[in-house]
Amino acid sequence: MLLIHCPWCGPRDEIEFKYGGEAHITRPTEPDALSDTEWADYLFMRTNAKGLHRERWVHSAGCRRWFNVARDTVTNEIFASYKMGEKPPVEGGS
Amino acid sequence: MSQIYRLAEGGRIDRSRTLTFSFNKRKYQGHPGDTLASALLANGVSVVGRSFKYHRPRGIVAAGVEEPNALVQLGTGARTQPNLPATMIELFDGLSAESVNCWPNVDYDVGSITQWFSPIMPAGFYYKTFMWPARYWMAYERVIRRAAGLGKAPTQPDPDIYDKMHTHCDVLVVGGGPAGLAAALAAGRAGARVILVDQQPELGGQLLAERAVVNDEPALDWTNSAARELAGMDDVRMLSRTTAFGYYEHNYVALLERRQTGPSNTANGSRERLWKVRAKQVVLATGAIERPLVFADNDRPGVMLAGAVRQYVNRYGVTPGPRIAVFTNNDDAYRTVLDLADSGVRIAAVVDVRTDPVGELPEKTIARGIEVIKGSAVVRAKGGWRLDTAEVMALDGSAETVTGSVRRIPCDVLAVSGGWNPAIHLFSQSGGKARFLDDTACFVPGASVQAERSAGACNGAFALADCLAEGLAAGASAASAAGFTRKSRRKKPAADTVGEAALRPFWVVPAVGGKRRGKHFLDPHNDVSVADVELAQREGYESSELTKRYTTLGMGTDQGKTGNIHGLAIMAGMRGVDIPTVGTTTFRPPYTPVTFGAFAGRDIGGLYDPVRVTPMHRWHVNAGAKFEDVGQWKRPWYFPQEGETMREAVDRECLATRNAIGILDASTLGKIDIQGPDASELLNRVYTNAWKQLAVGRCRYGLMCTEDGMLFDDGVTTRLGENHYMMSTTSGNAARVLAWIEEWLQTEWPELKVYANSVTESWATAAISGPLARTLLGELTDIDLANDAFPHMSFQEAHVAGFPARIFRVSFTGETSFEINVPASHGLALWTALMDAGEPYGITPFGTETMHVLRAEKGFIIAGQETDGTVTPIDLGMDWAVSKKKDFIGKRSLNRADCVRADRKQLVGLLTENPKDVLPEGAQIVSELKDRPPMEMIGHVTSSYHSANLGHSIALALIKGGRERTGETVHVPLVGGTLTATITDPVFFDPEGARLRG
Ligand SMILES: [Zn+2]
Repeated sequence: MLLIHCPWCGPRDEIEFKYGGEAHITRPTEPDALSDTEWADYLFMRTNAKGLHRERWVHSAGCRRWFNVARDTVTNEIFASYKMGEKPPVEGGS
Repeated sequence: MSQIYRLAEGGRIDRSRTLTFSFNKRKYQGHPGDTLASALLANGVSVVGRSFKYHRPRGIVAAGVEEPNALVQLGTGARTQPNLPATMIELFDGLSAESVNCWPNVDYDVGSITQWFSPIMPAGFYYKTFMWPARYWMAYERVIRRAAGLGKAPTQPDPDIYDKMHTHCDVLVVGGGPAGLAAALAAGRAGARVILVDQQPELGGQLLAERAVVNDEPALDWTNSAARELAGMDDVRMLSRTTAFGYYEHNYVALLERRQTGPSNTANGSRERLWKVRAKQVVLATGAIERPLVFADNDRPGVMLAGAVRQYVNRYGVTPGPRIAVFTNNDDAYRTVLDLADSGVRIAAVVDVRTDPVGELPEKTIARGIEVIKGSAVVRAKGGWRLDTAEVMALDGSAETVTGSVRRIPCDVLAVSGGWNPAIHLFSQSGGKARFLDDTACFVPGASVQAERSAGACNGAFALADCLAEGLAAGASAASAAGFTRKSRRKKPAADTVGEAALRPFWVVPAVGGKRRGKHFLDPHNDVSVADVELAQREGYESSELTKRYTTLGMGTDQGKTGNIHGLAIMAGMRGVDIPTVGTTTFRPPYTPVTFGAFAGRDIGGLYDPVRVTPMHRWHVNAGAKFEDVGQWKRPWYFPQEGETMREAVDRECLATRNAIGILDASTLGKIDIQGPDASELLNRVYTNAWKQLAVGRCRYGLMCTEDGMLFDDGVTTRLGENHYMMSTTSGNAARVLAWIEEWLQTEWPELKVYANSVTESWATAAISGPLARTLLGELTDIDLANDAFPHMSFQEAHVAGFPARIFRVSFTGETSFEINVPASHGLALWTALMDAGEPYGITPFGTETMHVLRAEKGFIIAGQETDGTVTPIDLGMDWAVSKKKDFIGKRSLNRADCVRADRKQLVGLLTENPKDVLPEGAQIVSELKDRPPMEMIGHVTSSYHSANLGHSIALALIKGGRERTGETVHVPLVGGTLTATITDPVFFDPEGARLRG
């Protein structure tokens, strides 16, 4: 049971949140201009990092806001939570 | 039988009171303070069960949670509990327990059963059996289940209640022994909010089993004063009979508190509490578990752990037998020898694998004239029902062989010690990696991963003085890390140091003459022997994780708390590496078993999941509706009249709706209110069709895809105003659609000025449908309902039966339909008004089943029934609702190579050869029929009904390249025969749509 820091509500149990996969994947502005391979890369391919991973969470049983979390996938240590659109405060990782 | 092995004095039992209990249907007596195990030993009960595979008689081995043999079924009826270790059951008057594993019975002849089972269950039995054809397993399973008899679950509902508690603390201390008490004192004195948990009924831990001294007084006096001091601190909570069984991420620790230990009753509130603790800092003071030495037939009743024997004598005033031999590789077992001797129990001999035990305790033992046989080992435990002789031989210098003649030592109990294993289970669960200590030959916690620290025996510090010192230090540092640094001037508890010599790492006694006779058990609970682990190694299962699964070593309810490390030692020996190279297996929660009741808590029955009902629900109940669950909603399924079958009721409802008027409670449809200048743009992006040209007051059907192009939801959305829409979703998907829109708005399109909000429960919806719907509505409202004034797919606000209403002219039945929405509080009144006014027209309430039939006649899909996340709008033949021009979520995916394959499954209709046959939904479809499987499956039935309006059955199906196959014959092989059908267009009724537009 992770302790996740919602940027709006503070630290809450993981059970209040839903996971949203890897963060900072921007939807292509012109999907039709992409090859099948390029589109599949956006659609299906994720980094599956061992170590630092920036990922999306939504406080679904709280304020319902989406935000990003920088977490170590090995130790589950959470380095930072930050709002959508903000620059990741933690450098490194994949 | 009287308590023949109860000592004349000693023990923490109340001899002034006598308790009567029954075990395997015989009556015995004990005292308050006893466990079931200590009381059984006091009564001379040596055989408490049968082993799992070989059905060998088994006796009590341990005194704590690690007990592998004495598992009992406690109580009867609804409150019976299986697989409890007798060592953990506090005795109460009237207790009744039975061995879980005594088929055919505890006293049955040993030999014949053993010989029968032994050859059929070697290592890898389960693995190999599961690889065989399933029918063999079924045959085995019957025998094994009866033979194994691993407890019986109660068959009646649990009459007790269980609670869940959520709490936070600065410092959680696990374990109430000397280290844990010292840690709790230090943290509490520093001002931290402390929770101290201990699995025993009273604090003290190992001190309860010892004749130890702290501050020159009996150690338990210090324990009592520590408990008093802690009880006086406002911010300290002590939980006894509470086990920390799981250590999860971010210092989230799960505890099980057993609140009722005697005969269960509901008077005291909950029977158990599941605590979920989020701790800033954790101190693990979980102690250590003694490990045995392994020799031939070491499972014979009477072979016990030395520390357990000491505990029975010191804590319970019971000797497990009158004449006790001791077999050890360390000094600690000599505490058992000395305590037994002090209590007047006869010591047969001490067998020590070390050639020259030089510690203080062996010296005292020798000085008292007790024989110590050095450099020797017990090679075999002999006896019938229970041990009567230990066979001892000398070890050679390297301890790789035994030599010389066999010396037979008569004894009733053999107290064995192979050293102690720190209880690192919680540390391991916290994510930490164990580290091997060569001098004590045990795993201890390595570097901390979470905010925790270990202290005392679980940290490899076995001496009492070290436990106290480490506990104080750990408590103070945990409090300090949590921000509490108040200094204490209290005197530190002190214990004498005993000069203990090193143990000699020793695991399995070498076989006599190199050939092993008898069974050498590592895991008596699962009957895993040395030979099994060796077999696994020979067959290539070198990894400790693989060996565990292949042999089931350590997979019983005791989770291998005693014998796991011997398995590792054997593997290390065979592979020629050291134990840390083999590595330990990962410990997973729970540390000890947890009841289902505790996990379920109060979330049972009506509290298991919320039930949602519409404002008209009471009317439906009174009308005798049968209900079906749609998500959390209770929706009327059909409304049977007196004596009607479901089929008759649905036929009647279908005919009434097509020929006169039907009424459906559509309140459960998801309703999302969308407002803002960018509302049209949002809809344009999430729906596959175009939305910018929709006029105010008009409705449009839309499809939503996920980004992979698969249909996700569908529904009608209405433009209520320039910047205001009402979106409808399927009943079960309403929350998902709102979450989906919010996700896109927050994460990808924050620039859009639009809000979406669920209003599903703000409105009640009655949908009237059929050729007389307009006539009825005309009687209740004064707006113009003529077709050109209020055409299909449009919306008007009006009063209906006096209630302010939103009327949507949309249709899911294919008939002229009006969905009348009123504020939820008016729902029942509106419904009643419609029923009253509709009576002359034969208004007929219908449920979801009729709705499904009517829409299937029209070939209308249901998202989630015709679709399963692998179906695109194109597969459904809904190209007309997919824009070629604008972008939308999922659009690009519709052009992926996989989405334009000609053999994708496409929506078609099916008509059975015999119009009376109704295909089962989900049935597989083949084009080429063969005698037996495998046959190529080209699709499956998604919806199938009898249609009273058409006079025959209809079905919708997804079939590979289906649209090209129209007119082809296909087969549906079923158990009991094959049905034949023809592929048709999916629209069976009124394909021009004249009725719904009329
Ligand atoms: Zn929040």
